[in-house]
Amino acid sequence: MRYYFALILIVLGHATLAQEWEDRRSFNEAAEGRPLRIISSTDTDLFAQIIETFVAQNPTVSIEYLVTGTTAVDKRMRARPAAFDIAISSAMDLQLKLVNDGFALPLKGVSHPPWAQWRHSLYAFTSEPAAIVVNRSAFADLPIPQSRQELIEALRARPGVFRGKVGTYDVRASGLGYLFATQDARASETFWRLMEVMGALDARLYCCSGEMIDDLTNGKIVMAYNVLSSYAAARVESQDALEIIYPSDFPTTMMRTAFVSKDTQAPDIAGNFMRHLIALQSSSADGKPSLPALKLRETGIGRATIALEPALMTFLDSLKRARFLSEWEDALIQN
Amino acid sequence: MASGIDSIMVDSQAISSSLRARLALTLISGAAVLALLLYFAVRNYAVQVAQEGQDSILTASVTSILDAASIRNDVVEVDIPYAAFSMLSTPADDRVFYAIYQDGALLSGYQDLEFYGETGKAIQSNLLRGATVRQVSASRIFIGTDRRTEIQIVLAQTQDAMAETLDRISRNAALIGGGFFVLAVALSFWATSVAMGPLNKLTSSITRRGPQDLSPFKKPVPQEMAPLVNSLNSLMGRLDHSLSQSEDFIAEAAHRVRTPLATVRSYAEATLQRVDKEENREAMRSMIRAIDESSRAAGQLLDHAMITFRADHLERQEIDLVDLVQDLVLRMNPIADMKDLSLVVHGDPVVAYAGDPILLQNAIRNLIDNAMRYGPPDSTIEITLTAALKVQISVRDHGPGFPDPEIKTLTTRFQRGKNAEGSIGSGLGLTIVQDVAAAHGGEIELANLSEGGACVTISL
Repeated sequence: MRYYFALILIVLGHATLAQEWEDRRSFNEAAEGRPLRIISSTDTDLFAQIIETFVAQNPTVSIEYLVTGTTAVDKRMRARPAAFDIAISSAMDLQLKLVNDGFALPLKGVSHPPWAQWRHSLYAFTSEPAAIVVNRSAFADLPIPQSRQELIEALRARPGVFRGKVGTYDVRASGLGYLFATQDARASETFWRLMEVMGALDARLYCCSGEMIDDLTNGKIVMAYNVLSSYAAARVESQDALEIIYPSDFPTTMMRTAFVSKDTQAPDIAGNFMRHLIALQSSSADGKPSLPALKLRETGIGRATIALEPALMTFLDSLKRARFLSEWEDALIQN
Repeated sequence: MASGIDSIMVDSQAISSSLRARLALTLISGAAVLALLLYFAVRNYAVQVAQEGQDSILTASVTSILDAASIRNDVVEVDIPYAAFSMLSTPADDRVFYAIYQDGALLSGYQDLEFYGETGKAIQSNLLRGATVRQVSASRIFIGTDRRTEIQIVLAQTQDAMAETLDRISRNAALIGGGFFVLAVALSFWATSVAMGPLNKLTSSITRRGPQDLSPFKKPVPQEMAPLVNSLNSLMGRLDHSLSQSEDFIAEAAHRVRTPLATVRSYAEATLQRVDKEENREAMRSMIRAIDESSRAAGQLLDHAMITFRADHLERQEIDLVDLVQDLVLRMNPIADMKDLSLVVHGDPVVAYAGDPILLQNAIRNLIDNAMRYGPPDSTIEITLTAALKVQISVRDHGPGFPDPEIKTLTTRFQRGKNAEGSIGSGLGLTIVQDVAAAHGGEIELANLSEGGACVTISL
């Protein structure tokens, strides 16, 4: 165990030193001056459209878009808040704690519903439910489970089919995975039973939604739990074999959030970008956005959205986190 | 003495300040002070209530965290309930900081948050990361199998929501205070005019009084005004007393001066009869003339004093001016005869007028007297009375007339015409006539007639 942590530390340290990014793209490089640096956990493909429309309207601005994991967004922002102008992440809890700890610059004159912003600093701009994605082939003639309870029963009924072929987030590595897991655990004990069942089936653990969907499409796994539906939806269109299930018992919806770094050197441009982002994601008239829009709470199918409130910091408490992770490991890592 | 009464009450009384303004100002400043007090009282109370609200939530939150702590196998576990932070949600999204210590060593949370609750619970305001926070410290002692340990929790929250609430309450308190002030100002003006009412009533009731009414003011007045009314009444009493004294004095003086002069004159006349030497006779004649002059002057002076007094206390009664003039002419005829003058009365048969007969008689006598003085022998003095448009009495003679440049100044006291040298007179005659006319609300007009002679007209 100790070696394991040491290894993670070394890898992380190495990553920080080398500034390794999952992806790194510059927009409108022709523009002079220092580019607006956005650190984000959102894949470039999904976010590019938003940046491109912004630079189209602001041709003098160049943007550098840096993609990394949710945990890394938090760590890098804490380490070097001046190095980035805007931080975007799907891990609402980490983002809220960054703002709480004073890393964000409040924006003026942005009208946004109170539930979708915190301290006029942290702004939510998507509504993305966590989903169960299954490969229909695994359920051949059987009904596809619509809730966690049905999923548990289905997994228990045919362990042979699912052994080694179920996947979920490694909550130790993924901030978003941890957020989903803690919110699920808070909502129902079913979560822990599902984890135990998946643990018994030698569940595979992933850092990111993207890899889970990759393995679903190439058949390595047949069921993924708590996948980001926005990522899944993008792939499912081309993969008839996959089906996205929004669990009917208790749904968990995450809002992607962004804030301007308090040490930004371009507060005006960063503020404008935030306004652009919020306006774009709030308007329902937009044709086909690459990222799901922010849904008004009262409309739609009534998925419970994780609230932007200080309570998000509860599970980030080191004692609480250690306790949760140990329970999670007990349940999921049984060998 | 009596002539001064009116001039005292003239409009240009020196004014030091306004009672009404002073009263209103006092009430308004009182209201302003009260409004300010109200504002601060409401605000302070709101601060207290809002602070108590935040404190109780923070305390509940800390308590719930402490309650969730447990000791298992001598290891303390602090499992922060989700609700502990959830209850700290505020409309202003206040920041939350916490720290968990075990016997002074940080277990988790923000290490810049110090534990202060050495003696149980402690609530205080503090400055943390550039923001004012309200911070609650609480601790709980756990007894393990072989040792006791203390878990200390500090929870802090920024005060943005409270500041917003306070702003709102302050605005409302200011509105309430302002409204109270405006209302109080309106009430002050109302109260002032109510309080000033009796004073105004007293003023108008005294102003409306007749010129002779020096009786005490008897209507009930508010307690505060009683001393003023008492003083006023006593002043009027003294005034009344001294006025009647001066009236008595005038009558007394007239009597005392005229009687001896008449005696002296008759002695002088008698002596003149017995003196043969021409130079002595001349001296006696001069003496008689001087006595006449003195007597006339004394008479006119007393007339004038009497007229001034009567004019101030004008007593009108219905009289027929023609009767009055006829009576006068009858009495003056002997003197006129001595000077070979004839007095003729023209005009309406009856001229009724409401006035003071003594004053009017005095005025007309003075006019006739003047006319007889300046009228040449064997001429007539015509007295005309009309009541056509207004009552007019004119007296004309056939003398030399008024000297033109002096026609304006002749009515002032002790002013005699240039052509009056050699005749007896004090210069009070026309002044008396004018005072009488003015007392009756009339005027006099001096004119020289084209065919010669002077004409004085009294229009009433």
